[in-house]
Amino acid sequence: MTTSAPANPWLSWDYVQTNWADISEALVQHVTLTVEAVLIAFVIALPLAALAFGRPRLAGPVLGLAGILYTIPSLAMFAILSPFTGIGRTTVLIGLVAYAMLVLVRNILVGLEGIDPEIRDAARGLGYGRIRLLLTVELPNALPSIVVGLRLATVTTVALVTIGVIVGYGGLGQLMFRGFNSNYRAEIMTATILCLAIAFVADLLLAAAGRLATPWARTRTQS
Amino acid sequence: MTGNENAVADALVWLNDPLNWTGPDGIPARVAEHLTMSVLAVLLAALIALPLGVWLGHRGRGGSFVVVMANTSRALPTFALLLIFASTSIGFGNRPVVLAAAIFAIPPILTNAFTGLREVDRDIREAARGMGMSGRRSLALVEIPLALPLIGAGLRTAAVQVIATVPLAGLVGGGGLGPIIISGLATRRFGEVLAGGFLVIVLCLAVEALLAGGQRLLTPRPMRTPRRAGRRATRAAGATGS
Repeated sequence: MTTSAPANPWLSWDYVQTNWADISEALVQHVTLTVEAVLIAFVIALPLAALAFGRPRLAGPVLGLAGILYTIPSLAMFAILSPFTGIGRTTVLIGLVAYAMLVLVRNILVGLEGIDPEIRDAARGLGYGRIRLLLTVELPNALPSIVVGLRLATVTTVALVTIGVIVGYGGLGQLMFRGFNSNYRAEIMTATILCLAIAFVADLLLAAAGRLATPWARTRTQS
Repeated sequence: MTGNENAVADALVWLNDPLNWTGPDGIPARVAEHLTMSVLAVLLAALIALPLGVWLGHRGRGGSFVVVMANTSRALPTFALLLIFASTSIGFGNRPVVLAAAIFAIPPILTNAFTGLREVDRDIREAARGMGMSGRRSLALVEIPLALPLIGAGLRTAAVQVIATVPLAGLVGGGGLGPIIISGLATRRFGEVLAGGFLVIVLCLAVEALLAGGQRLLTPRPMRTPRRAGRRATRAAGATGS
């Protein structure tokens, strides 16, 4: 792109080699933050969605609240949290969990609501209790939708981590911003590409895990 | 961080300071700038995404392109895009922000326009053609009007997302409400940070409510889905379907 300015290229293997320690640290930070956020969000979202599903009266308010929270910009969210949780990891993590959770609750709920009622009736007819029905019938049946939610949440979280830089903890966002401030393009570009790579790999892994976990869905589409 | 229990009080003081509400740097001026940038970004995005989405949806092709576009956009950090733009000849300030926000806004507009046109009932389309309408006439008089609710929803989502993205301007020397948060963080004045965050959130929610109401008003009465009944209907459909 910028052949006329070799002093400040967008891509530089040299930069990657000499700064690998830095880059890998940011990379690890980015990945751990994403994984942690999505896991915590999932642990919170699952019972919340199950509760909303069991009590349809709650579904409306839960989804409405999730929708409203989702319109809050991440930057404003970090800003609002920062006076109370400080500058750093906790603030970023809370913000990320909040966003991932909203995506997950929605998708899990949609998945549960989409289950064929005959399946549910059959299980009930076999004498399944409420909890057993949820754990052994409803959740497995909602798995495809849950996987979609997880993929969506993970990919958005990877991109959102970068905003964490405003409260001093942004993984690869840190590198992007440092590169921007020192006007070093290769640093911005490398971090951006790595960010996209993380999202891509995470998405592939989750999709593969989803396929492994739902063998019945595969045979259904084949037949 | 310590001693930030007073942040709320500081924020209230900041918001109550008449000096912060007047002048070229006052809150109304910043809100106006924030909205101007957002409108520009959405217009720019719509200019590209609407014709493309309508055309692809009308032709019934390019579905995979739209999906890929929508998925990749989620992974691309707007922050990165913003920094990349700002470090090119586009320069600092509002311009890279508007561009980055516009790119961010293209996928929701595109996907909704595409799905809106794809979902127009086949029979209706054929009826229009059977009445002797040309493809273009059917598109303008039948298909687009029927797709309007979804197109509107796409624009709405895009607008709210853009308003939520524009605060990033504070990081590249742009205007709007973002700089309040960024400069507050830089100077450790957490009251200001809180006040800025609060203002951005209020603006987002207000615009969302305004657009939702506007869309409802603009939708012709027969096409309005009564909220309650609609929701119940979809749930019932889900319960009996498949």
